[in-house]
Amino acid sequence: MSNAGARRLWRFRGGVHPPQHKQVSTTLPVRPAALPARLTLPLHQHIGEPAEPLVKRGQQVLKGQLIARPQGYVSAPVHAPTSGTVVDIGEYPVPHPSGLSAPCIVIEADGEDRWIDHAPVADYQSLSPSELRNVIREAGIVGLGGAGFPTYIKLNPGHRKALDTLILNGVECEPYITCDDMLMRERAGEIAAGIGIVRHALQARQCLVAIEDNKPEAYDAMCRATAHLEDVTVVQVPTLYPAGSEKQLIKVLTGKEVPSDGLALHIGVVCTNVGTAAAVHRAIDRGEPLISRLVTVTGGAIGRPGNLEVLLGTPMEELIHQCAGDSGAIERLVMGGPMMGFALHRFDLPVIKTTNCVLALTAAELPPPRPVMPCIRCGACADVCPVNLLPQQLYWYSKAKDLDRVQEYHLFDCIECGCCSYVCPSNIPLVQYFRYAKGDIWTREREKEKADIARRRHEFRLERLAREKAEREARRNRKKAALQADTARREKQAEIQEAIARTQARRRAAMKAAETQRRKAQQTARGRERPSPAARNAGGEGGNEKSGAPAGMTEDAPQGKDE
Amino acid sequence: MHAPVSVTRVMLQVLLAMIPGLAAYIWFFGWGIVYNLLIAMTVAVVAETVMLALRGRPLRPYLLDGSALVTAALLAFAIPPLAPWWVTAIGSAFAIVVAKHLYGGLGYNPFNPAMVGYVMLLVSFPREMTSWVPPLDFSVYPMSFLEAGRYILTGQLPAGVTFDALTEATPLDTLKTNLGMGNTVAEIRAQLGLDEATSRLLSVIPIFGAIGGKGWEWIAGGFLLGGLWLIHRRIISWHIPLAMLGALAIMALLFYLIAPDRYASPLFHLFSGATMLGAFFIATDPVTAASSPMGRLIYGAGIGILTYIIRAWGGYPDSIAFAVLLMNMAVPLIDHYFKPRVFGHDRD
Repeated sequence: MSNAGARRLWRFRGGVHPPQHKQVSTTLPVRPAALPARLTLPLHQHIGEPAEPLVKRGQQVLKGQLIARPQGYVSAPVHAPTSGTVVDIGEYPVPHPSGLSAPCIVIEADGEDRWIDHAPVADYQSLSPSELRNVIREAGIVGLGGAGFPTYIKLNPGHRKALDTLILNGVECEPYITCDDMLMRERAGEIAAGIGIVRHALQARQCLVAIEDNKPEAYDAMCRATAHLEDVTVVQVPTLYPAGSEKQLIKVLTGKEVPSDGLALHIGVVCTNVGTAAAVHRAIDRGEPLISRLVTVTGGAIGRPGNLEVLLGTPMEELIHQCAGDSGAIERLVMGGPMMGFALHRFDLPVIKTTNCVLALTAAELPPPRPVMPCIRCGACADVCPVNLLPQQLYWYSKAKDLDRVQEYHLFDCIECGCCSYVCPSNIPLVQYFRYAKGDIWTREREKEKADIARRRHEFRLERLAREKAEREARRNRKKAALQADTARREKQAEIQEAIARTQARRRAAMKAAETQRRKAQQTARGRERPSPAARNAGGEGGNEKSGAPAGMTEDAPQGKDE
Repeated sequence: MHAPVSVTRVMLQVLLAMIPGLAAYIWFFGWGIVYNLLIAMTVAVVAETVMLALRGRPLRPYLLDGSALVTAALLAFAIPPLAPWWVTAIGSAFAIVVAKHLYGGLGYNPFNPAMVGYVMLLVSFPREMTSWVPPLDFSVYPMSFLEAGRYILTGQLPAGVTFDALTEATPLDTLKTNLGMGNTVAEIRAQLGLDEATSRLLSVIPIFGAIGGKGWEWIAGGFLLGGLWLIHRRIISWHIPLAMLGALAIMALLFYLIAPDRYASPLFHLFSGATMLGAFFIATDPVTAASSPMGRLIYGAGIGILTYIIRAWGGYPDSIAFAVLLMNMAVPLIDHYFKPRVFGHDRD
């Protein structure tokens, strides 16, 4: 068992050696940042779905209290970094390349910094890996190296029973940033404790702690702190940007390449940042959720550069102020390093879980603004690309918006490390083109999806219209048929009525005729008796006798019609 | 963050790397090359300015990029030292206007502009373009700086000197002509590669030196030195020069072993003509070369093989320009088929 030793290392191709500028921020020990008056906590500080607020405006919260819960599987909760009052829940500017605002919980600190009741896990060995992951999830821990992927997911080996190698990433290859370096120097014990827990969650056979060979103090500290651990090796890797990128680091340490469409897990490796391991230790052994982190505050505009232990949500301008920064001298404020970080457009943005560095650059530190020249196809970009892409072709097709070709050239394998832009003699901002092309492709996919939905909806609509039309038609036909049947019935009834009327009329006529005859017979029987007026009337009627039936019919006809 | 690199720096270093070759050139062949360089560069800058203005491009960054100067320098080295000024001027203007700007300017031209200019001159002015000079030591009249200038600019020779007396075929040309007459390589070299004392005694111009042409081998050495410095500075990659020189040497070796009487040695090919200039300065022009490492090897090897084929069996004594232009045509194809394996992907 040896925790420091010569190991065979591999190398990834490409990479660059930018000036490091790390020395300046490692001269002072880690200091705690002052408690800010107000903390702004974005609900989205990690990869995945934003958290959902659990508190209301005006509510009192305690330090470490859960204030927003994760939504969905890939998400992380947010905790109150100090005690105080929730003064607002709403849109505030957040550190994001877009410069847009996002939902945040704003807490006004009461200055007491009073903890909520919390308890450590007495013996993590007694917990199952799954239970351990739950604790880590509830503590809101995400990757502190910069990506912010929820740690509990990363520590889930899935159906695999055990993992071969856990890699603790203490490479920190970006210029200027030293928070991992200082963490390893000063809190190696916390990291070592975290290693034990993470290994238990993963059931990893061995653990490699990788540190670039420009950090001898951190290397020594980690060697000492892990001396008592079995199968933990601290490895110095050659200083070469971007050796700290997960896939490149795995290649350096194991010689294996993570498949383009796969995860490190698929080749039996999990890689996590040293800061994340320390956060896991705090969550398990002290019961403290992730409410603070180390932040490097450096750059030419900072008078006393160094590393601060910062509560999440603290405005960056306060850190700049505490490190004797000169806001007026800041030409560009960057979150993260100069290679992969992004420029911020204001100084009051909050520190979030992925803020490893606040870099305040002066005009003198920025490359002189030079015009972008045409690509001369020199291939320097391809020579330094750690993924072995052809940035020059990608640039060509990105610029032409040939989104199919750009994917043929494996745009999505680009890790956006910025090596190509760094060496381009024509000063072409290659990575920006690639990010833009990726965005274009995502937009296209979304639009295609939307169009698909719209098309399906349209087809449904057409189908429904056709169906409705058919139904209407059918209804009309039925009605028509019913109406026709009705008319026929009525005509028949009318005929029957007529027939009845005719019969009745004939019968009446017959009865009248019989009556007349009877009267005639009576008159005849009375002999020479003078005729009565009735007989005279009857005689008048009698004049019509022969046409009696037709007269009756004309009389009856209106009656028949009225029926 | 940006590395301290720019197109201007790249071009300036390429120009600097030509200095050893240029020094040897002046040492052995006199001041003509300096006039060629000045004429070609002046015309190139003027042509570049006019074209940029016509195309509505910003003048300052593009004039400062230095690419026109590199094109002009490469062309100047390809033109005989005593060629009249208008030959150089026409070639330079053609290279910049037609081969570069009509194809879209810096970064967009498919063919090496200097080589396009050279080939245009070679087919248009064959006499001027093949009238080379012997090393100064053996020239009937080693002209001074001013005399060379006067001849180049006005066509006036010093009294009593004829142009034909001043000129001489190149070693590659001589070799080709003499091989065509049925002589063996060894015979030709024995006659024309004598040591200085014997040459003077027999009043024969020793065209051949220790390994290549007399004087030419030193110029080649100068370009080799500058080229290695460019590789060391990572201005160019080693792939194209190595592949080109390797392929040329292998071809030459193969035929030299089969028939040493009829084919010159690999070393002779490497140190004659424009081989070294071509390998380190012309074929490596990034704009017109293949871009991936494997592609560059194929591209360089193609130039080496074509150079040998044309030299040995073609109609021209040297052929770097033709070989480069032919391989320029193949670049899109090479780039399409030789893409590097991307990290995390299986080899296609």
